[in-house]
Amino acid sequence: MTLFLEQVLNGLQFGVLLFLLSAGLTLVFGIMGLVNLAHGSLYMLGAYFAVTFVAWTESFLLGSIAALLSTVIVGILLERSVVRGLYDRPHLEQVLGTFGLILFFNELARLAFGPAGLSLSPPPWLAGQINVLGIPYPSYRLVVLVAGILAAAAMYVMIARTRAGMLLRAAAANRGMAEALGVNVRLLFLAVFALGAALSGLAGILAAPLLTVRVGMGEEVLLLAFVVVVIGGIGSIRGAFVAAVLIGLIDTVGRAYLPGLLRAAFAGPVADAVGPALASMLIYVALAVVLVLRPRGLFPTAARTDVAA
Amino acid sequence: MNARALVGLVVLIAIVAAVILNQLRDDGEGVRIGFVTTLTGGSAAIGQDMRDAFELALDHMGRTMAGRKVTVLYEDDAQNPDIGLQKTERLVQRDGVQFVTGYIWSNVLLASYRAGIAGGAIVISANAGPSELAGAQCTPNFFSTSWQNDQTPMAMAEVLNKRNLSNVYVLAPNYAAGRNMVAGFKRSFRGTIVAEEYTQWPDHLDFAAELAKIRAANPSAVWFFFPGNYGTQFFKQYAQAGLLAQIPLYSTFSIDTLNLPQIGEMVVGSQLTQHWGADLDVPANRRFVDDFRKKHGRTPSFYAAQAYDSAVLIKSAVEATRGNLQDRDALRTALERANFESVRGAFRFGRNHFPVQSFYVWEVVRGADGAYALKLGDRVFTDHADPYAGDCRMAAAP
Repeated sequence: MTLFLEQVLNGLQFGVLLFLLSAGLTLVFGIMGLVNLAHGSLYMLGAYFAVTFVAWTESFLLGSIAALLSTVIVGILLERSVVRGLYDRPHLEQVLGTFGLILFFNELARLAFGPAGLSLSPPPWLAGQINVLGIPYPSYRLVVLVAGILAAAAMYVMIARTRAGMLLRAAAANRGMAEALGVNVRLLFLAVFALGAALSGLAGILAAPLLTVRVGMGEEVLLLAFVVVVIGGIGSIRGAFVAAVLIGLIDTVGRAYLPGLLRAAFAGPVADAVGPALASMLIYVALAVVLVLRPRGLFPTAARTDVAA
Repeated sequence: MNARALVGLVVLIAIVAAVILNQLRDDGEGVRIGFVTTLTGGSAAIGQDMRDAFELALDHMGRTMAGRKVTVLYEDDAQNPDIGLQKTERLVQRDGVQFVTGYIWSNVLLASYRAGIAGGAIVISANAGPSELAGAQCTPNFFSTSWQNDQTPMAMAEVLNKRNLSNVYVLAPNYAAGRNMVAGFKRSFRGTIVAEEYTQWPDHLDFAAELAKIRAANPSAVWFFFPGNYGTQFFKQYAQAGLLAQIPLYSTFSIDTLNLPQIGEMVVGSQLTQHWGADLDVPANRRFVDDFRKKHGRTPSFYAAQAYDSAVLIKSAVEATRGNLQDRDALRTALERANFESVRGAFRFGRNHFPVQSFYVWEVVRGADGAYALKLGDRVFTDHADPYAGDCRMAAAP
């Protein structure tokens, strides 16, 4: 039972990390209609910045804040220089353009930081374990979980309760009407992109002590983030949250229990061969099921004007 | 002369030049080698290390073999079997290479080697050693300068046997090499295997689920194989879960000179097995390691050593045939003799063209300069042949 609880905690922690990544993606896709493949690059940059700045400032907190700000600045520069020109282009061109950005950022990171992966240790005060319901759970993972939930709550308050959030919702529901009513769409787009960069960068910073910081780490999670966006319903933050937690749980619990279950049901070698493969496929099975039952995702946004544009 | 005629003239010159260049190539003047490895993504450091070592070997031989100029074409497989196959096909078909070497990953090699051989080249793995190629699918025009996947974990299991570890939890990625490594470990290990866990490959993000299961199983030791950055990630998360102090951790091909700077602190004192190390006292190795350090300011990895050997092996065959690159049979016969100074010391090829060689223990130590290094220990196996060689019925060369 405690093992199951621990796996659920692991799943939740993975889920909130996925949410931070997909929140920006779904906003940018939903509001600006932009397929931003380079979103994963901002995640990678956040992680690289975290390693660099934590080493410089010798403080995990200060370094993380500096890394977050730097990622946002890169995001703003990126929007103003390249991404802005892609808004009115067809999706295929957006994919090509942002794919080019992935190659650019990967090569840049390779030149700046070298091909070998970098490593960031969690701060000493988070390196141990905390007792959660009788499980010695890594404190750092718990911090990731809490930070993710806080970020999700902050997003919710901002979108549901503030004026900026209202504009955002308006633009997401009907961009043309919002523009006609005098919303400065250029500025709004810049803000949304910067917010997306901040969330993606935060995910990268939080993931850095868990993973190896390396070139190409962005693409590995990008696919999962897209799965979350599609399951949640394009443009829906609430959908992204529910879908991210769902995917996190399905993936972790599936990996933990499916091979064992198969082994109990079938003879050894068959189960050994099928188990891991099936466990890694589970999230895509979930995606397929959701697409069949609810083609527009779990939480479809109210009105879409130019999905095909 | 009008513009049209000028354009026509330029096109004509270009065509003539292309034909002449092509002719030069077909004359077989130079030695052409394709090198397929991973140069982008998370494992790029491994590919870069191999490439640096191969280049160093070429420097050492003055970039010629038997008086012929050597051209090497490096191709990136992106750690993907499909891309590896594409690149191999292009190397033999378009670029007309006589040798294809490199290959870090067993699944990439398995997808690619047929295309290389069918295209008229000799394929030499500088790392991957899948059981298929050592046993039932062994083939005359394939060689390895590394090892068969099972061998190194077999040697590692002997280390665990000596420590009388009874219940061991085993983890590896779910692909050809991962399954071979586990098979090798199980073949030699005398204790009980508590559980055998295979993880998604290559984009496994997080080991949290696996670590929780290890904690619940409470084995007397854990043995795993996660190469390169994946190993780094596993060590880090294992330490963060607080397991390092509770359950001893053993590994194969997961600690190397590339990731030691990042994980040294966690793994100092750990033992591992290998066929080669930078401190192996062999003249060819001293030259290789010293010059590599001088040129690149770092210690080469075992991947690099194998790539270096593959260049020197090719040279030995080209020289034995006096540069006659058209005669693949003669080249193969020369390769079979392994008549070159390997950085691991003398070895011979088994009937399946995999090395029959010694395996040793290395221990992670902290040097006087504060840097972590691998220190040579006892020999585990002498003249060790892989367990699949008996299944190899080498057919006559096509």
